[in-house]
Amino acid sequence: MTTAVSVQNLTVRYDDFKALDAVGVDVAAGESFGLVGESGSGKSTLLRAVAGLAPVAEGTIRVEDQQLQGARRDKAFYRSVQMVFQDPYGSLHPRQTVDRQLLEPLAIHGVGDGERRILKALDEVGLGSGFRFRYPHQLSGGQRQRIAIARALILEPSILLLDEPTSALDASVQAEVLNLLEQVRRDRKLTFIMVSHDLGVVTHMCDRLAVMQNGRVVERLSSADLVAGRIGEDYTRNLMLASKGFRRG
Amino acid sequence: MSALLTVNDLRVRFPTRTGVIEAVRGVSFTLGRERLGIVGESGSGKSQTGRAIMGLTPSHAEVTAKTLSFGGIDLLSAPPKVRRDLRGKRIAMILQDPKYSLNPVMSIGRQIVETLRRHESVSRSEARERALDMLAAVQIRDPARVFDLYPHEVSGGMGQRAMIAMMLVAGPELLIADEPTSALDVTVQLEVLSILDKLVADRGMGLIFISHDLRLVSSFCDRVLVMYAGRIVEEIAASDLASAKHPYTQGLLNCMPVIGADRHPLPVLDRKPEWAL
Ligand SMILES: Nc1ncnc2c1ncn2[C@@H]1O[C@H](COP(=O)(O)OP(=O)(O)O)[C@@H](O)[C@H]1O
Ligand SMILES: Nc1ncnc2c1ncn2[C@@H]1O[C@H](COP(=O)(O)OP(=O)(O)O)[C@@H](O)[C@H]1O
Ligand SMILES: [Mg+2]
Ligand SMILES: [Mg+2]
Repeated sequence: MTTAVSVQNLTVRYDDFKALDAVGVDVAAGESFGLVGESGSGKSTLLRAVAGLAPVAEGTIRVEDQQLQGARRDKAFYRSVQMVFQDPYGSLHPRQTVDRQLLEPLAIHGVGDGERRILKALDEVGLGSGFRFRYPHQLSGGQRQRIAIARALILEPSILLLDEPTSALDASVQAEVLNLLEQVRRDRKLTFIMVSHDLGVVTHMCDRLAVMQNGRVVERLSSADLVAGRIGEDYTRNLMLASKGFRRG
Repeated sequence: MSALLTVNDLRVRFPTRTGVIEAVRGVSFTLGRERLGIVGESGSGKSQTGRAIMGLTPSHAEVTAKTLSFGGIDLLSAPPKVRRDLRGKRIAMILQDPKYSLNPVMSIGRQIVETLRRHESVSRSEARERALDMLAAVQIRDPARVFDLYPHEVSGGMGQRAMIAMMLVAGPELLIADEPTSALDVTVQLEVLSILDKLVADRGMGLIFISHDLRLVSSFCDRVLVMYAGRIVEEIAASDLASAKHPYTQGLLNCMPVIGADRHPLPVLDRKPEWAL
């Protein structure tokens, strides 16, 4: 099987602080890979480093057999790799219509046929053409996240980096967005790297996962192993226990 | 159980240019010294219900009720001074994000001391003692050190605990906690919940726990009110949640991914217009 994303010995430093400390992760093409761990453990930093948005001090990042240099990412990179964030409000431009936000990546990459692609993208994320000329504030949280996903998909990437894509949504809307993500992954044979603090979400969406703590990967395991309690580290076991809800005394 | 709080037909309306938004539409319940959960999706009216009880509804909104009474006091006809005195002293509220409730330019200890002295005439040294005890009660390991720290110098979990300490230092009888742990890691979330749990048990406090997380609420509370579009659509003992009757409650439970359950695609809510009637 070919490797979609390979991160080796990756260290990210902010001044003296190591946000990532010699992290290694291999994600196969077509796989859905999860990242879990407490806040501040480095999950977002790992995705951001792949996307060229974090200062890499050491280590290597390969995406589809291309070794990436520093924080430079060429146009070709963004045609293969796109990112979706937790807060679609922050990632959408507040004063631009949906149409403009979907058109922008096409224009940057000189892709024609905008009209058809925009309608197709809206359709794919379950929003009709009626949403095309709305502004972000005229959309619900779930609709905004669908637009963010449509924008990530419009260049037909092969890899999506998903940073807590449903954490800001109500459970019912989360279910719809997770179903949508699974559907597009199947239809387009995408590779996912998905961050979530919710083990229910990660085991539902991902085949394998890495557990992070203090900028390090403390354990790699399959969702099946996690579910079956075949866990090597106490830290992982505690996360699993906590996800079962409150227990008295 | 004698009622600490009686809410009958509570309504909260926001007049806007395009018409009146009815945020809360006839909510009724009574609360004793127990843990009551209020769940529902965002916009269902949970926070506005809590704020109306607290007396923190925005001034342009209108609050009405057949009964809204706390410890025998009719809250809606009570003079502003009576309500102000109740707030913080006998009824307290904690919010999701400590950033909005803690004063960024005052040390944590001083904020707790000032809150206490606003409600009770105690000496400075006694206030300090009580603040330190309260910090210890919310399981802050080194109270004397944290006393002198400023909000930005502590983690989110510790800030949340400091805020709980501030809200509880005057010994309220009713605590309204509005998504108090939603911004925290699961493990920290559970620590904060067990602190609240212990305070309810030890002090005989009534607790209204507002959350969008039905599973968390049902693992923590005795009783749960499920809100949809400003109304309570179901009231259920937390232990009976699995046999909830309303399709909305069932839908909320079913749509969450469960560890070990292999359901693809996840069931989604099929909203019925009659739920909002
Ligand atoms: N731009 C930055 N400058 C300084 N520190 C940062 C920056 N971005 C992240 N960090 C720090 O790196 C650590 C990891 O952060 P992050 O990857 O966002 O964690 P997670 O996503 O797991 O919650 C945190 O301690 C965070 O404060
Ligand atoms: N200041 C306001 N003006 C107009 N409508 C408001 C205002 N604040 C809240 N609302 C409305 O009240 C309803 C209930 O809000 P809220 O109680 O905050 O919901 P919840 O806490 O369940 O998410 C929402 O539909 C919201 O739009
Ligand atoms: Mg993050
Ligand atoms: Mg709310």
